[in-house]
Amino acid sequence: MYAQMVKSTGKNVQALEDMPPEERAFQERIDRGEKIEPKDWMPDAYRKNLIRQIGQHAHSEIVGQLPEGNWITRAPTLERKANLLAKVQDEAGHGLYLYCAAETLGVSRDELFEMLHTGKMKYSSIFNYPTLTWADMGAVGWLVDGAAIMNQVPLQRTSYGPYARAMVRICKEESFHQRQGYHIMMTMANGSSEQKRMAQDALNRFWYPSLMMFGPSDKDSVHSAQSMAWKIKMNTNDELRQKFVDETVPQAEYLGLTVPDENLKWNEERGAYDFSEPDWEEFYNVVSGNGPCNVERLEARKKAWSDGEWVREAMLAHAEKKAMRKEAAE
Amino acid sequence: MAEKKEWPLWEVFIRGQHGMSHRHVGSLHAPDAERAIKNARDVYTRRNEGVSIWVVEAGNIAASSPSNKGPMYDPARDKVYRHPTFYDIPDEVGKM
Repeated sequence: MYAQMVKSTGKNVQALEDMPPEERAFQERIDRGEKIEPKDWMPDAYRKNLIRQIGQHAHSEIVGQLPEGNWITRAPTLERKANLLAKVQDEAGHGLYLYCAAETLGVSRDELFEMLHTGKMKYSSIFNYPTLTWADMGAVGWLVDGAAIMNQVPLQRTSYGPYARAMVRICKEESFHQRQGYHIMMTMANGSSEQKRMAQDALNRFWYPSLMMFGPSDKDSVHSAQSMAWKIKMNTNDELRQKFVDETVPQAEYLGLTVPDENLKWNEERGAYDFSEPDWEEFYNVVSGNGPCNVERLEARKKAWSDGEWVREAMLAHAEKKAMRKEAAE
Repeated sequence: MAEKKEWPLWEVFIRGQHGMSHRHVGSLHAPDAERAIKNARDVYTRRNEGVSIWVVEAGNIAASSPSNKGPMYDPARDKVYRHPTFYDIPDEVGKM
């Protein structure tokens, strides 16, 4: 891992020796595979970067409830409805695990929400795409959760203890999400020709946005080297994207669906698929706020937050009143 | 914007079905202890992970300082005679 930083900073030994003693001791702990815990000394930039990363991750879980929540009341069967409800509830839980991990770094929950609502912090670009048909619930579970898992499994080994522990819980729970999505796809792909057409259409629309989830191509990814040295990023974007394609293509073949990429071809020499990169212009456009659903998603979050304000205040007032009564009785 | 009061932070401990003792699983925000337990049920036991929940307001937890690691734990290091393997017992004696 450390070797990755060498390329960007010069010589390995020098990089370590150039650091002030505290920072050097810190980097050495990470290199030894030790976990950094909330009260340990850490460089400001490590703390800042982690708040940004964990915060964005948490926001993605919470905003990620919206495209699927859209279909809970319209699920085709009671069983599918219960499955989807459980999945969306899990996403809320995952957001909460991550918010607590971020809070151990000295940022408050309300500050994190504030940064989401004012656009200072982002969430994954994928959730700015609409979910138009029931087949999209299949595609989201299969592809979006599949890509998320690919990203999260290595993060179980990340250097920051609370983040790593949240990832362990999340990964344990998330495999059901992907399987329920694939199960929907299997049912539709084996259903009527109309259902199969819907499944193919969902794959067509979610394929490239899913590839974008891994972030820009390595050659354009500016923060990677430092994040990898700190072990808050374990693999490069392109590595994970490749892994995702290699795992997903056979799953699409099993469904009898076609991945919407004319250049997709098994490369015997590399032992991996060659594939087309997503449209990066579209990616940057969606990230900067101009995707099909950016405004709607953010408005929904802000509305939930302001609509809930009187409840939060009332519950706090009630708790204070109870505490005072108890004190008076003693 | 006026400073809004946040719900306090609670640390959550859960004892699993076959667990020996309560284990820290994470934290959450709640206005009071009763609500914290209910929230903990929803956030941390969605898959039957526990049979008992403790919640403690985070501010009430005192913790050892990481920078004190040396003076705190070093004294136990050189006392290997506290472990059973320190004492050689001949095989003829049997299992002990």
